[in-house]
Amino acid sequence: MTISTKTRLALCTATLALLGTSVAAQELNLYTSREPGLVEPLLAAFTEETGIKVNTVFLKDGMAERVASEGESSPADLLMAVDAGNLADLVDKGLTQPVESEVLTAAVPENLRDPGNQWFALSTRARVVYAAKDLELDSITYEQLADPAWKGKLCIRSGQHPYNTGLISAYLSHHGAEATEAWLNGMKANLARQAGGGDRDGAKDILGGICDIAVANSYYVGLMRSGKGGDEQRAWGDAIKVIQPTFEDGGTHVNISGAAVAKNAPNKDEAVKLLEFLVSDEAQKIYGSANYEHPVKPGADVDPIVASFGELNVDATPLTDIVKNRAEASALVDKVGFDN
Amino acid sequence: MTDTAEATATAPSSRRRASLGAGWVVASAVIAALVLAPVGALIWQAAQGSEGLWQHLAAYVLPHALGQTAMLMGGVGLLVVLIGTGTAWLVTAYDFPGRRVLEWALLLPLAVPTYIVAYAYLDLLHPLGPVQSLVRDLLGYDSPREFRLPDIRSMTGAILLLGLVLYPYVYLPTRAMFMTQAASLVEVSRTLGTSPRQIFWRVALPLARPAIAVGTSLALMETLNDIGASEFLGVRSLTISIYTTWVTRSDLPGAAQISLALILLVVALVSLERWARRRQQYTTGARRARRFRPQQLKGGRAAAALALGLMPVLLGFLVPALFLAVEAWKRFQFAGLSDRLLTEARNTFLLSAGATLAVLICGLVIAYAARVLPHRGMAVLGRIASLGYAMPGTVLGLGVLIVAANLDRLVDRTAQEWFGVSTGLILIGSGLALGYAYLARFLAISIGSIEAGFSRIPRSYDNAARTLGHGSGATLRRIHLPLSRTAIAAAGLLVFVDCMKELSATLMLRPLNFETLATHLYGEAARGTYEEAALAALAIVIVGVLPVILLARVRHDDPGA
Repeated sequence: MTISTKTRLALCTATLALLGTSVAAQELNLYTSREPGLVEPLLAAFTEETGIKVNTVFLKDGMAERVASEGESSPADLLMAVDAGNLADLVDKGLTQPVESEVLTAAVPENLRDPGNQWFALSTRARVVYAAKDLELDSITYEQLADPAWKGKLCIRSGQHPYNTGLISAYLSHHGAEATEAWLNGMKANLARQAGGGDRDGAKDILGGICDIAVANSYYVGLMRSGKGGDEQRAWGDAIKVIQPTFEDGGTHVNISGAAVAKNAPNKDEAVKLLEFLVSDEAQKIYGSANYEHPVKPGADVDPIVASFGELNVDATPLTDIVKNRAEASALVDKVGFDN
Repeated sequence: MTDTAEATATAPSSRRRASLGAGWVVASAVIAALVLAPVGALIWQAAQGSEGLWQHLAAYVLPHALGQTAMLMGGVGLLVVLIGTGTAWLVTAYDFPGRRVLEWALLLPLAVPTYIVAYAYLDLLHPLGPVQSLVRDLLGYDSPREFRLPDIRSMTGAILLLGLVLYPYVYLPTRAMFMTQAASLVEVSRTLGTSPRQIFWRVALPLARPAIAVGTSLALMETLNDIGASEFLGVRSLTISIYTTWVTRSDLPGAAQISLALILLVVALVSLERWARRRQQYTTGARRARRFRPQQLKGGRAAAALALGLMPVLLGFLVPALFLAVEAWKRFQFAGLSDRLLTEARNTFLLSAGATLAVLICGLVIAYAARVLPHRGMAVLGRIASLGYAMPGTVLGLGVLIVAANLDRLVDRTAQEWFGVSTGLILIGSGLALGYAYLARFLAISIGSIEAGFSRIPRSYDNAARTLGHGSGATLRRIHLPLSRTAIAAAGLLVFVDCMKELSATLMLRPLNFETLATHLYGEAARGTYEEAALAALAIVIVGVLPVILLARVRHDDPGA
């Protein structure tokens, strides 16, 4: 008798699982291209506060393709991604829906969300320069990275990585195609090693004596210095300094992480609740403490390690321009053979 | 590998043959259609058009990418043939202390995904790593700014690493061929006074050519499809171009076009190799193949043989595995063991085991159908069913995604119209889509190995069984399955390990709340914190070693192999 009840229960569960989570209330489904390690602390805090369970799948590339193929049957409620270009892609493919929420519009500055409220930035990250601690260098411009003085001393990841195409797109907005091509050629001539690896390899290669400066996102230093990765990494983080470069006629290039509600979201209300939670003071603080990013909400707490990089003077290039220039930036990277 | 002339001469009349083979042919056609569907989806994508892509590629990308790809494939190909064939001959033709262990230990590098080996070696050989630190200490330098060894992130580094990890694809089938095929011929040559060196070059090597060719093509396709290690080591191959076109420029049709061009290239290469040995016949007429009697080595020569055989095991497995073990131990002391790891290991194991079973059954059906009905059309079906292996995992994953999602939507819509119930996504939601991707991707391995196994069974066996009144099913069960047990086990091992290491399609197609060891590892590596996943990486290696040991046991139980 017990067995048959158990079997029946199991069958029920299996059926429910098969039917997808769309029927269950107080749940929502998150498709994220942000790594689980970064998202989990945020989701745990959300579930604790609201009792809403979050089912996640971490997708790196192909999130847009997956949501598009699944169409009206897609269980996806909230789509989370890094880089404004990726978010704009989701909008262009008609995979998102606008969200009218005063909480969101009040918390996220206008230049950090879609004009039609299709997506919202949740954190920002600066593209900075790491330098050996003993190097006499306190400030630098992005333009100076192409200065022959740095010949054989620069490390950077692939020019095709979204972090770099974003920066190159901003350069295009500032200086136009011809100057950008010359700049890329100049940087390529300065490379200490082939462009590649990750941002953190920049720091490692500075310590390994391969290069003097490296272009990377600020939060990697936070992760290293925090000691979360062990003492060895803390040593790496402490042996380099962070310089926030600016454009000659502007500020520091930042990119964003953000999210959009899926067009066919079965649990739209829960998805909006999560979005609103992510711009709350509590969540914005977690963005700092878990991954050393800058909050989007004006006045939110900045993590002490992030604050130690100095005041961030954000470049005024609109994110929409950066999105527009992305394909041209990528084509230029190929043209100058930046990664070869 | 099947010899049509012989078969036609000895097989029953063609009408009878057709009726006997019909079931197998239909099943094969269905399987081939399953594999072809994602390719079809890709062609459909490619047809959407991508303006100006090829001019851009031809001007700026292809010259470099083609050169790099050719160099990488050439280098890795050479290395896997050298190491794979050399070690296979060493452990078959000679006997020395430690040979028994070496026989299966040489398979161990299979358990380590190329991207993990790349991470491990990059850390080990980095100026900050243990090797260079030791060298500096010995030479009396204080800082890496004063003295550094050349960077491993280079074409040479990539060729060496990939070659050291992929050679078992050649070793495994070649050794089987040496043992079962060459034995009697080698003995004849010995009797005739041929020197051991000449025996290798003039008898064993030509005989093993199909096995070497199959193994090398598998290794090369793995190379071609590798994104993780190549990108990490700074090789800008064609596969990376596909990836850039798709991800950075959001040009899926363009990426689909490059992938299709790549598939054509691979198909051309494979056909060329098959064409080159079209007139050769590889089944021995002998009854049961005899076991190879190795030559006994003693003293210094035995030690040298052992050392030589251990080199690839050491570099391709022991060094990276030990490094992972040390890192995992550090990590364990720092952060403890996460219970998620157990769930992920279970997910990985069950998923891979289930997929392997499906891949083996489908491979058997196709290989056997070609045996029952030796017709050109069947060979074509087999080639079609093998297409998936020629595609990068991401691209194939995209194709499977489109096919599976459309099926899911059809079912969902129908259920809503007829019963007013939403079924959700049945294939994607249950993980079946993922199994489908593995099947499409790895069927080539199982077809190739099983065909090679079947080709060693003389056709007269089939005919005898049929004459004695067995149907094709019974003949398969009582003749082919037992006699090609080793080949099937080898196929199972390769497929299982490949499923377990597969990352791109797994990442794209898995259901909600479902992580495997590989996706966990990638999640950490993507944010540059791969040491946090050292435990997961070690677990992948350990789960991968299990079937290697299992296979070794099967082989020891089987006197014929």
